[in-house]
Amino acid sequence: MKKAGAEILWECLVREGVEVVFGYPGGANMPIYDAMLSYPIHHVLVRHEQGAAHMADGYARTSGKVGVAMATSGPGATNLVTGIATAMMDSSPVVFITGQVAAHLIGGDAFQEVDVTGITLPITKHNYIVTRADEVAEVVREAFYIARSGRPGPVLIDICKNAQVEQCEFVYPDDVKLPGYQPRMSAPQADLNQAVKLIEKARRPIILCGHGVLMSGAEEALQHFAVKTQTPVASTLLGLGAFPASHELSLGMMGMHGEVHTNLAIQNSDLILAFGMRFDDRVTGTLKTYAPHAKKIHVEIDPSELHKNVAADVPLVGNLKTVLTDLIPMVDEYDHEEWKRQIGEWKSEADARSIMNWPDDGELHVAHMVHEIWKSTGGGAIISTDVGQHQMWTAQYYPLEKPNRWITSGGAGTMGFGLPSAIGAWFAHKDQEIWAIAGDGGFQMTQAELTTAVQEGANVKVAIMNNNFLGMVRQWQEFFFEKRYSAVNMLTPDFIKVAEAHGVPARRVTKREEIEDAIQWARNTKGPVVLEFRVVQEDAVYPMVPAGASLDQMLQRPIKS
Amino acid sequence: MNYTFIALVENKPGVLNRVASLFRRRNFNIESLAVGRTEKPEISRMTVVVDCPNGDMDAHKIEANLYKLVNVIDVQDVTRQPSVARDLALIKVKAGPEKRAEVNSLAAIFRARIVDVAADSVIVEATGTEEKIEGMIELLRPIGIVEMVRTGQVSMTRGVNDGVRRVSGVNGNRQFEDLEELAEMAP
Repeated sequence: MKKAGAEILWECLVREGVEVVFGYPGGANMPIYDAMLSYPIHHVLVRHEQGAAHMADGYARTSGKVGVAMATSGPGATNLVTGIATAMMDSSPVVFITGQVAAHLIGGDAFQEVDVTGITLPITKHNYIVTRADEVAEVVREAFYIARSGRPGPVLIDICKNAQVEQCEFVYPDDVKLPGYQPRMSAPQADLNQAVKLIEKARRPIILCGHGVLMSGAEEALQHFAVKTQTPVASTLLGLGAFPASHELSLGMMGMHGEVHTNLAIQNSDLILAFGMRFDDRVTGTLKTYAPHAKKIHVEIDPSELHKNVAADVPLVGNLKTVLTDLIPMVDEYDHEEWKRQIGEWKSEADARSIMNWPDDGELHVAHMVHEIWKSTGGGAIISTDVGQHQMWTAQYYPLEKPNRWITSGGAGTMGFGLPSAIGAWFAHKDQEIWAIAGDGGFQMTQAELTTAVQEGANVKVAIMNNNFLGMVRQWQEFFFEKRYSAVNMLTPDFIKVAEAHGVPARRVTKREEIEDAIQWARNTKGPVVLEFRVVQEDAVYPMVPAGASLDQMLQRPIKS
Repeated sequence: MNYTFIALVENKPGVLNRVASLFRRRNFNIESLAVGRTEKPEISRMTVVVDCPNGDMDAHKIEANLYKLVNVIDVQDVTRQPSVARDLALIKVKAGPEKRAEVNSLAAIFRARIVDVAADSVIVEATGTEEKIEGMIELLRPIGIVEMVRTGQVSMTRGVNDGVRRVSGVNGNRQFEDLEELAEMAP
């Protein structure tokens, strides 16, 4: 049957199981929006295309499905760019669909024409420009396949207006033909044997659990492996939730703001088992002194990550779940009592410095606010964050027991990510409690999406940690620039009035005795709610490994008593 | 040191741009790049010569990153493979009737050919390894080079090797175990 390119697009989206798309219409994608009315896919009208990108990203990260965001050509598409880069850096499967001017106008600087495939080439896993209607079906099929398979990532499809309008025979392709794209799923036996040899010799092993554990659904396999070999598990920022925080082998987050005992364990280990992580500079500190006594087994689905930052003694290319499942029956049981006891000692020293032990100074500390939210929600909420101090405190003080409920921009560090990604997550988990924790700076970047939340009835609770500062930059200026504050002191609007103007109930919390009640009120209020916490202005996130320092050269939390 | 890669890519618009963009973005310096059709119309072939200051480690990174591109079907590092490498140059030399004989005899030594003669210049076509062409250029330079163009190196392995990767995700000729050895070379 003949169909227009725009209809074929929706036919394909329906077949891919798409339930919701986030987007914004404009001149170059009007045929797509017209055709949309005939299909059972819910469209979320955002207030800025960046919001659409983050929503699709948040949806993808919590649902395990591919997110979809749409925009028109030119400025519509360029507004997506930050969101595309965010998805790219964190390997999030999102398909972006942009309108483009008619094929015969390309290159002529037509109205709202921008070279979108050129701009997004370095920040997508792959991208397409579609100039004819008969290309649509094949391209959409490929795009979804590429986005979700191998190392997932964003794929952009730029569809010329003529290709949306022109009619052609609609045939849904049975399969994809990509001769150059064959992700390797399992590691060869010989390499697994090498890994087992290193595991046998290890006395002080440690697992570094990355985002790949979640992406490949290897949480159970990881737990099985860790328990069988009694290997402690440290997590990257994006790997949080993959291993239960309360497990006796859990060491929590590693890296620049990781716990002291966790980083000490890495530095003193004799074997690193890096599972689906990429040795980001925020995780390693300086590479010159990184884990100097450790052999490294690196399991990664993307061969270009091997040896990129840290050389691996045994590199295993493959899907983490498959590799771990193959590896588990090959390894022996160990107890590693001495090693665990040593880490336990470090941990009790570190715990003594926990912010939770600070005496009540009457002030609101972000860590305490996060802890209160954790207590009220029983640790079970889906949590999204913006980027900065509050993000690190949330990573430290909202311990996660379950996977895929932690949405944060790790690689790209995108401010403004928190609110829209939480709204996106709501579409995947309407029955669950969702909290977006943001700073005053980041919240202002995408606060317009509050209206989107109202329009959609998205049940998202927003906690703004307002210190009237760009906190993390301020902290760096305090530590490394002799407290010469430059452009970090920020006038914030009255967030209560802002929220109410958007039709969102809001409360301000300035005293400790108001906290619990405010959080309960937010939880009991239907729909989106904003809580503003007036927190300590000049708090610093500890522990901290200064940029360029060795992982064990941490600035520790001050002891207050 | 210069490394030579052969990449088989899908013959589609924009693929050259993807490869070039990759080299720029990952901070690799291309010495030369030659693209052309193959015996299969849907496949193009690239020969890329890249400066790799960190040797095999850089070469691994280039291969693995090239392989990430969806349109790249196969990548081979042929630097240490027995292979034939050729570069073609057209060199216009300022030579009136009195110098033609000299240019002609130089060309003969390098098995090059005079392909055009004008009143005060000749065009020499030379084919060979880059070293050979460099050598010839040095000898023609004193006579006076007006203009020059080179194709960049093209390479092909010798023997029955069909140039197809054996282990996906890792390059064809270098075995997977070599990846482990690479670790020792890390800076």
